Amino acid sequence: MRMLLTILCSSWSLWAQTPAAAPPGNPQNGRKLFENYGCYQCHGREAQGGLGTGPRLGPKPIAFTAVQRYIRQPTGQMPPYTAKVVSDKDLADIYAFLQSVKQPPPVKEIPLLNR
Amino acid sequence: MARPKNPSVGRRNFLKGTMGGAAALVAASHPAPAQQQEAVRSATAAVVTQEKDPSPTVEVLTADHPGSDFMVDVLKALGFEYIFANPGSSFRGLHESMINYGGNQNPEFITCCHEESSVAMAHGYSKIEGKPGLVFAHGTVGLQHASMAVYNAYVDRAPVFMVIGNTVDAATRRPGVEWAHSVQDAAVLVRDFTKWDDMPVSLQHFAESAVRAYKIATTPPTMPVLLVADGDLQETPMRPGEGPHIPKITLASPPQGDSGAIDETARLLVAAENPVIVADRCARTPAALKLLVELAETLQAPVVNQYGRMNFPSAHPLNQTERSRAVIADADAILGLEVWDFWGTVNNFRDQLHRTSRPVAKPGAKFIAISSTDLNTKSNYQDFQRFPDLDLSMAADAEATLPALIEACKRLLTGDRKRTLEQRGKKLADAQQAARERVLAEASYGWDASPISTARMAMEIWAQVKDKDWSLVSNNAWAQRLWAFDKHYQYIGGSGGAGVGYGAPAALGAAVANKKHGRLSVNIQNDGDLMYAPGVLWTSAHHAIPLLTVMHNNRAYHQEVMHLQRMANRHQRGITTAEIGTTIKNPNIDFAAMARSMGVHGEGPITDPNDLGPALKRALDAVSRGEPALVDVVTQPR
Repeated sequence: MRMLLTILCSSWSLWAQTPAAAPPGNPQNGRKLFENYGCYQCHGREAQGGLGTGPRLGPKPIAFTAVQRYIRQPTGQMPPYTAKVVSDKDLADIYAFLQSVKQPPPVKEIPLLNR
Repeated sequence: MARPKNPSVGRRNFLKGTMGGAAALVAASHPAPAQQQEAVRSATAAVVTQEKDPSPTVEVLTADHPGSDFMVDVLKALGFEYIFANPGSSFRGLHESMINYGGNQNPEFITCCHEESSVAMAHGYSKIEGKPGLVFAHGTVGLQHASMAVYNAYVDRAPVFMVIGNTVDAATRRPGVEWAHSVQDAAVLVRDFTKWDDMPVSLQHFAESAVRAYKIATTPPTMPVLLVADGDLQETPMRPGEGPHIPKITLASPPQGDSGAIDETARLLVAAENPVIVADRCARTPAALKLLVELAETLQAPVVNQYGRMNFPSAHPLNQTERSRAVIADADAILGLEVWDFWGTVNNFRDQLHRTSRPVAKPGAKFIAISSTDLNTKSNYQDFQRFPDLDLSMAADAEATLPALIEACKRLLTGDRKRTLEQRGKKLADAQQAARERVLAEASYGWDASPISTARMAMEIWAQVKDKDWSLVSNNAWAQRLWAFDKHYQYIGGSGGAGVGYGAPAALGAAVANKKHGRLSVNIQNDGDLMYAPGVLWTSAHHAIPLLTVMHNNRAYHQEVMHLQRMANRHQRGITTAEIGTTIKNPNIDFAAMARSMGVHGEGPITDPNDLGPALKRALDAVSRGEPALVDVVTQPR
């Protein structure tokens, strides 16, 4: 299991890269959907990623088209989110939420991470 | 009838002789048959001689030296410090002998609220102390409660020594409950996941089987063992002058790998361009940690710690656990040391509708395993994992084999080869530093989130404990990534069988072992696990066991939430319903109040990360006074 989860994380390691053009979305509704649709279960409620479950998705998510492609037809461990259960409109809202996630302070400015 | 040469009265004969309890009392004015009088006198000689005027018509109701006293002598000889037990009538004789005859010292009775907790405490204790924990339990209802924890210890290759009560002789059982608590073959319930068991029928038999069981449990692969203490054997008075022999306790040397296989392994490792050492349940003792450092430094080879035990210092430059996938993918020789799942280490398995797998190691890479599990594999329970394509396999204890392997490697190293390996070591050190920086960056995301991020929680705890002599007595992935582990007792591995309900009692058992060393035991505790048997909190308060418990309270059996989500997505229906039956909400559990109700210092629930540090300080003040304390932290899922 440990190895599987590591692979899962690694296979998604390119998710959080640079934002790209995306359809307009509602980030507030996207946050709700991120919880209701269970995205938070593996990726954390702030999209920060979960240890051994799913990579960080935001801030600065990868291109919308890449997200869309991956969740419809994942090549790793992620369960598929087909259009039947997550519409393109809902996905646009979720993506808007991922774009709205704020960058944390630099590590050097967090005293507990410098001990 | 002639007087027996060695007169004795078993419980069976005693009851026959006195015509049984109430009947004998009613008939007390009638003279007892001569044979019965003789037997009773012989069995209770010490008592009778103290009485001025023993009446032949008085029923003998006392005995000075029950068989259970001798059982206590045996268990003391084996060096047990504690008995983890929930009381049970089938071992009442042994229980009484232990606390009165044995003085409730070495071993001391630790009152547990569930037999599963008893065994899990013994399991946790064994991994800190390096020797079996002792458990008493009912042979039937107690062992049924205990069985999940026995399985965990079995899969985790941890020694636990169980003594269970039972009354074999149907003619002496009390009517009613004792029949429901009796069984023909008590051990069969757990025989598939214990290493050895026996049902002694005499005290000499008990002594020999107890020493044998201890030896078997502590010989790698270490595993649980079980002895049945028959009720009659416990309660029957010993004959005057009777003194069964306790055999000399000589433990077996752990099995070392074959010398030819060791030489071949050394040849492969020294010649490899990218060897990798993977360690799982390797470090049975602190010695293994030092040996593994020596092997890694000799080869300048990366080490991947799978954390079955505290195998390798986390900050060592050759620790490449964070880069495990990369180093395994690049490896041309992989040495597995007590690796539970070698196949899963070198293959990727995909849990989609059609399950698929693919190798992650390079074609032609040599796979070498040293595992004591090969010396004792059973068939029914499938914990042995998928069969790997090994090139070399040693059925041996990895820790015991390391010294010879190190020497064999050193013999093969030339000056030129050493210089090459040093260059490899420098690259690995650089890679480790870069990986460390990535981990810290990952930890920063969600730093101020509420619910609190698990990385933040780990570092808030670390800030409070890092300057103390700490021991993490639970499994926590962020602590593994962020804390500096360099001592064997600082980490105890996981449950083994992944049976929920292990965490809280195992942590407490480990804390019991740490207590005499003055170590600060820290338990990062899952909420679902604690709810299996929260009575461990009471046990910790009752016995004043210092332990800091920090709740990783994600209000769910979160692994199962994710499994449900996977099924819902796969079936394209109800993806918003995965929390039904998998979460622990509505109402939310107030763990701090629950702790306080059982005499444990309680803090929380903490939802603001800025409140966590002060709460931990208050809790640690209580722990420093020798008390248990719990801080309830409402967390992100993982």
